[in-house]
Amino acid sequence: MTVDPYVLHINGADHPVVDGRIDESLLWVLRERLELPGSKNACEEGECGSCTVRLDDEIVCSCLVLAASAAGRRITTIEGLAAEGELADVQQAFIDAGAVQCGFCTPGLLVAIDRLLDDHPDPEELTVQEAISGNLCRCTGYGRILAAVQLAAAARRGSETQAVVR
Amino acid sequence: MLAGGTDLMVEVNHGRRHLVDVVTLDQIPELSHWERNGDVFRLGSGLTYTALAGPLLADFLPGLAQAARTVGSPQIRNSGTLGGNLATASPAGDTIPVLAALDAVVELRSADGHREVPVTDFITGVKHNDLRPGELIEAIRVPVADGPQEFLKVGTRNAMVISVVSLAMVVDLSAHQVRVGLGAVSPVPERATEAEAFINGLIDWDGQVLPEAATVDRFADLVVTAASPIDDHRGSAAYRRHALGVLARRALIRCFGEENR
Repeated sequence: MTVDPYVLHINGADHPVVDGRIDESLLWVLRERLELPGSKNACEEGECGSCTVRLDDEIVCSCLVLAASAAGRRITTIEGLAAEGELADVQQAFIDAGAVQCGFCTPGLLVAIDRLLDDHPDPEELTVQEAISGNLCRCTGYGRILAAVQLAAAARRGSETQAVVR
Repeated sequence: MLAGGTDLMVEVNHGRRHLVDVVTLDQIPELSHWERNGDVFRLGSGLTYTALAGPLLADFLPGLAQAARTVGSPQIRNSGTLGGNLATASPAGDTIPVLAALDAVVELRSADGHREVPVTDFITGVKHNDLRPGELIEAIRVPVADGPQEFLKVGTRNAMVISVVSLAMVVDLSAHQVRVGLGAVSPVPERATEAEAFINGLIDWDGQVLPEAATVDRFADLVVTAASPIDDHRGSAAYRRHALGVLARRALIRCFGEENR
C-alpha cells in the first residue's frame, strides 16, 4: 500500500519520499530511495546494530523504525558525521587505532560512539561496553574498537593520547 | 497500532506481517508521561525502557528499572515501550513478571470508553492478550510498595538476550508481603502465591529478618511449583525449574540482606 508523500529531515536537509510504501523501514528508505547507503543492513531485526542512526537525540535501529513515522524527526546517519567532508573525531580514531576490519559494523558503531561521547566525555570501559552492546562486530574482538573510543574521547576533550589495545 | 516497533517491524521486515493502516503512537507525549498520585504510580504506555531505567523512575520502581535495563541494547531500549511489551505479550517479556509482582493494572482506552484489567488477566496466552479491536493500552497503574525490589534474569549473555527464566520480587514492608512474579516459565504471567503465603507468615517483619535456610529453601521449592515451563531451543523445562529455584532464593536474600538470612 502506497503512502502519501512525506519528508524526512536527514543530516540537516529535507528529503522528500514519494511513492513510498507503508511497510518500508527507515533503513530501507535511506539505502534504496535516498542514496544514503552508509547505514548497513544485516539482520533486519534489531540484533546487530549495523543500521544504527540518531533519531532526534537517541540512537535507534533504523531497520525497526517505520520510515513514514520518522517524518518530522531529526535523523542523523553516518553520512552526517563527516558533514563537511572532513572525518569526524570518531572516524579518525577508528583509523588511527586500526579498529576497522571488514567495516560492516563500523557505521553503526561510529553513530553509537558519537552519541556516547555526548554524555560521557571520559567514559569508563564498562560504560563503553554497555554503550556498544547493541553493535555486533565479528572481526575485531572489540579490543581496537575500545581503544578507538578512548582516542576519540581524548580528541574531543582536546587531550593527546595513544591507542592502547588490551 | 505501532509503539516502538521493535517487535512489529521485525515481522514486517521478514515478510510475516503486512501493514495496511498504521497508527503510530511514539509521538504522543501524553503516552510517555508518568505521575504519582498518592499511593499509585501511573505509567504511560509509551514510556521506553530507557525512561523506565532512568534515575527518576528507578528510584521509585527499582524492579521495573532492573528489568528494563536487561532488555535488548541501548538502541532497543530507546525504542521499545512498556505498552509494547504488554501488547506483544511474550512469556519472556521482561517487564511482565515485575508488573505482576507489583499488582499492576492495565488501563485500556477506545472510542467506546475506558476499562481496567489486572495485568495477570490482561495476558491471556502466548502472544495473546485481552485487547479488543480499536482499543489502546493507555497506561499501567502500579500501587506504591514500600520496600526492596529485585529482578533477576537468566540468559546466555548480558546484552541482547531473551529471558530463559526470570523472576521479579517486590517486598511491601508495611503490608508484610513478599510478592513474586515469574517470567518465561508459563504461557501467562504467574504469581507464586503459595510460596508468598508461606514465607509471609515466617518472616520477622519487625526486624526484617528471614527464617532459617531450610525455610528459604522450602520457599524456593514452592516458587518452582508455580511454574509450568516447556523445553525449547533456549532451555529445557528441567533447567528452567532449577534456575527458577536459584533465582527465588537469591532474590529473597538480596531483598532482606545477606546479614539477615
